[in-house]
Amino acid sequence: MAQYLVSVLDDRTGSGTDDEMAAIDVYNDQLRADGHWVFAGGLGGPETATVIDARHGEAVFTDGPYVETKEHTAGFWIIEAPDLDVALRLASEGSQACNRRVEVRPFL
Amino acid sequence: MTADVDAAITRAHREQWSRVVATLARRFGDLDVAEEMAAEAFATAVERWPLDGVPPNPGGWLTTTGYRKGIDRLRREGRRDAKHQEALMLSGPAEPLGAVDDDRLRLLFTCCHPALATETRVALTLRMVGGLTVPEIARAFLVQESAMARRITRAKSKIAAARIPYRVPSREDLPGRVAGVLAVLYLVFNEGYLASDPEQDPIRSDLTAEAIRLTRLVRELLPDDGEVTGLLALMVLTEARRTARLSAGGELVTLGEQDRGAWDRDLIAEGHALVRERLASGEAPGRFQILAAINAVHTAARDARDTDWSQVVALYDQLVRLDASPIVRLNRAVAVAEMDGPDVALALVDGLPLEGYHAFHATRADLLRRLGRSAQARAAYDRAIELAGNTAERAYLTRRRDQLAP
Repeated sequence: MAQYLVSVLDDRTGSGTDDEMAAIDVYNDQLRADGHWVFAGGLGGPETATVIDARHGEAVFTDGPYVETKEHTAGFWIIEAPDLDVALRLASEGSQACNRRVEVRPFL
Repeated sequence: MTADVDAAITRAHREQWSRVVATLARRFGDLDVAEEMAAEAFATAVERWPLDGVPPNPGGWLTTTGYRKGIDRLRREGRRDAKHQEALMLSGPAEPLGAVDDDRLRLLFTCCHPALATETRVALTLRMVGGLTVPEIARAFLVQESAMARRITRAKSKIAAARIPYRVPSREDLPGRVAGVLAVLYLVFNEGYLASDPEQDPIRSDLTAEAIRLTRLVRELLPDDGEVTGLLALMVLTEARRTARLSAGGELVTLGEQDRGAWDRDLIAEGHALVRERLASGEAPGRFQILAAINAVHTAARDARDTDWSQVVALYDQLVRLDASPIVRLNRAVAVAEMDGPDVALALVDGLPLEGYHAFHATRADLLRRLGRSAQARAAYDRAIELAGNTAERAYLTRRRDQLAP
């Protein structure tokens, strides 16, 4: 079994509707029932991010995201799947549930 | 003697490369190792066969040699992860052929996986299944050798890291995935049929031959898939006209003007038999089968004037129902021009959203020429010549333009 990060791409924050939330709940339950669930969560928007650089001793904090992009990660799943075909199928269902584009990347 | 051995090695490469790579890929669970060990096995054959003679079963010899070299390498590198241990524990590679054929199918589906970019699928398929070298593929698509090597290496690491599976897709995914494989083979064929690059020969028989060879292989593996048969029929019926498509002066010759005596009768007979086989199946045809049937109608006419255009238009109507894309509608209009006249066809062509497509302008130019609208035809030829990458097609269009009445 391998683990995959499924990131949800969005260009707004807090844009999820009640219907989308309900669909995500159903999807999460299915992931758990089928043994694919590892973890999932929604993230605050880029404006809530703080960048920390402690490489040179004392930590320096910077307000805002490291890179300004049009799209950001609004949330993510970590799923377990035997191969990419299964991960792609699960991610497609996830994309449908949250009504957003998602990106799949394997953990090494 | 040496010439015989050379011929045996060339033949083994053509016939056995994909089998050797496919079997090694399953044994080692790693495409990279499989490719390198297959290459080493062939290099060893070049050394050994002139001295020891050609082995009675070249494919078995190459697979065994590649397998031993792989085991040696894994031992040397001290790789001990589960997958490689498992490979070490498998018995020797003398296996019945049935399993090996399944491996080639697995290899093809892996190389054409939808998570890879289209140009990567093409390159990987030509390397792993077709056995072309990286420099050959780089030349075929006019990219730097180092860039092509990087593209193939990146693809292999993605396959390994993201765990793109080495297997034939499940029944529910199969139709879509076969379509993906056929799309790759069709791309390779089309690049050979009408090379898009002005630096290249206008018709690349190396690419069309390779695409046909790989499609024959897929048909051997999936004989009941109608679209596989359809694509093979389409390819051989197109290939049959290859030598007639280019004039002595290097100009593209249109279907209507080709010397039909120069067509390859054997390939036409094969293509017609394949089309008949699909018609007899009674199943609804897909896109490639309809395109093959259209080509069967064209190649059945001994003279261009005998072409059954109503049949061609009826087949295009069927195709439009499956795929109403502007390019299909453009091709349908070309057939309509023969049946109902250029004015009817022009009305169908005008307004198609194909401003950047050379064939759109070439078709308009031809229709306008036939309607005697020279000035507009000239402008359309100019635009078509500007957009066409193929040198032979440019030469043809340029002559047509220069022959227009002032």
